[in-house]
Amino acid sequence: MQQVPVIELTDVSKVYPLPSGDVIALDHMSIRIDSGEFVAIMGPSGSGKSTLLNQIGGLDVPTSGTLKITGKNIRKMSDIELTNLRLNAIGYIFQKFNLIPLLSAYENVEYPYILKHRCNDTTGRVSRLLADMGIDRKMAKHKPAELSGGQQQRVAVARALVNDPATLLCDEPTGNLDTKTGAQIMDMLADLHSKGRTIIVVTHDPSIGARAQRIIRIKDGKVEAA
Amino acid sequence: MIKDIILQLSIRSIRLNFLRSVLAAIGIVIGVVAIASMGMMGANMTMSVTQQLSAMANVLVVKADTGGGGGGFSFGGGTGQSSSTSTSKKSSSSTISTIDYITKSELDDLQHAAGKYGLVYPLYETSDKIVVGDNQGRATIYGMVDTDMGSVLTLDQGELPKSAGAVAIGPTLADRQGLALGSRITIGDETKNETVQKFRVVGILKEKGLSMDLNSDNAIIMTEKSYVGIVGGDEQYDQVNVIVSDIQNINATKDAITNQLNYKKSVVTIQDSSRMLSSITSTVGTLTTFVMAIAGISLLVAATSIFNVMMMSVTERIREIGILRSIGTQKGEVRRMFLYEAIILGLVGAGIGAVMSIILGWLVVLAMVGTTDYFFTYQSLIYVPVSMAIGIAICIVSGVYPAWRAANLDPIEALRAD
Repeated sequence: MQQVPVIELTDVSKVYPLPSGDVIALDHMSIRIDSGEFVAIMGPSGSGKSTLLNQIGGLDVPTSGTLKITGKNIRKMSDIELTNLRLNAIGYIFQKFNLIPLLSAYENVEYPYILKHRCNDTTGRVSRLLADMGIDRKMAKHKPAELSGGQQQRVAVARALVNDPATLLCDEPTGNLDTKTGAQIMDMLADLHSKGRTIIVVTHDPSIGARAQRIIRIKDGKVEAA
Repeated sequence: MIKDIILQLSIRSIRLNFLRSVLAAIGIVIGVVAIASMGMMGANMTMSVTQQLSAMANVLVVKADTGGGGGGFSFGGGTGQSSSTSTSKKSSSSTISTIDYITKSELDDLQHAAGKYGLVYPLYETSDKIVVGDNQGRATIYGMVDTDMGSVLTLDQGELPKSAGAVAIGPTLADRQGLALGSRITIGDETKNETVQKFRVVGILKEKGLSMDLNSDNAIIMTEKSYVGIVGGDEQYDQVNVIVSDIQNINATKDAITNQLNYKKSVVTIQDSSRMLSSITSTVGTLTTFVMAIAGISLLVAATSIFNVMMMSVTERIREIGILRSIGTQKGEVRRMFLYEAIILGLVGAGIGAVMSIILGWLVVLAMVGTTDYFFTYQSLIYVPVSMAIGIAICIVSGVYPAWRAANLDPIEALRAD
């Protein structure tokens, strides 16, 4: 049975025009990621990892080629459609956690829910997700600055999951955490994968890559090994 | 918890940068207070002047038409110019009379035409040198027919002059020259070969204020006989005043006079207070607009400070904007977040400004107009919501560009910022 891939890049290039000459960040790249996969994208810095992640995450649009996210060509999408894609279909987990400093941990998780449903969460989903991540009620009332890195990243994972996205995009999710906490986060991701979610992790850490089913190595904007 | 998460974020951002936001709002407060209190001052001044002038709206002043529009007429203190209401039907230079007084027969005609509408009384008027003790000065001198005095003048002390050698004086003149009942005034200028004559003060008039017909506060009033005795010009009246008993009949009276005297050529001009009223009102209006425009500059300053605060807010929160955008916040929502911030600053500033402008406006009106009788009227208080609206509008306008900038940041660039 031919499944629609979650992510499908066909001949994708991304060129940044600079006065000193064009920088080719992605060079005719083709990748296919199917639903339920746990993929690590690895490569040295400057290899195009971040650019690739931005394309997959709908934050940026390729210069040429076709990038389909759940079957839809993002080059044909308006800004509003792309934003809705980020809200509904993709959960982002960042290296620097990127929680909203003005909101409490609970509100940070609830925020995308409110954006999507236009109302507060009355289903208890937010509390449940936070509990799953090991954030208790008392902790959930704190602002991000009052939480440890590990706690912040757990809140970020809960936030990424709140609108039930098909894909989780993780950009060096353990990069700002100590080894032990990082391992806990990776356990969580592995657990989420076992429950059927597609996980894409960008990292340069081989031990993180080892947790994935498949490693896509890229270098100089090209796929080296898949 | 407030339902709108975007509004929630705006409120929290303001709270987080409380001092900065307060300082920006103070600018709006000052601007709103300045505009509102200046506007209220103008409105109160207009209403106060209108009230004073309409007290004499029932007076018509008839003068000989000497061409050139009849000239102005003088008030007790300053000079208020008012173009006369020429009722001439054939006003051309060839038909204009060269006589600059109203004759006895014209007075009779006036009496005939306007007598049924109210009191018609003639007046001699000049200005001459007066000497009181060692003091010299000038004063307006009116000559009046004895029978008119009783109905036109109101005494404060003493009696009305009946004989030659007796005068009544206005309260301002009495104060200025230190005159009391029984004091003596010498009228006339011997250096100009005029008849010099001593008069005795027998009456002091009640204060009358600004008036169209007779500015008695600063004048000397004597009998027709005495006047003609020193100035001359018997039965050559300088003006004839008509005090119309029912203000509804003002136009009918004017028409009657016009038909009676000006049917062939323009013999007399008729002045009423309406022109003067509109000219004063428009002068006050112009001044008010001008002062409000100056006050408006303070709102421009406020706009700059709001703009500055908003730009700082955007710059400081670039990373946050990046996060918001990357997890699915629409451009419009980011724009709304910053516009809310500007609107909140505007609402708070304008609200405080409104309260303060009522207090300060009241003080300004008390100081500048002298009365707060008209303060709590629609025309005056309307400036509070108007200036509030201007203040809020300026906040929104100042917030538009920062909000637009925030919404159009590239999320990737914004996320990278630190």
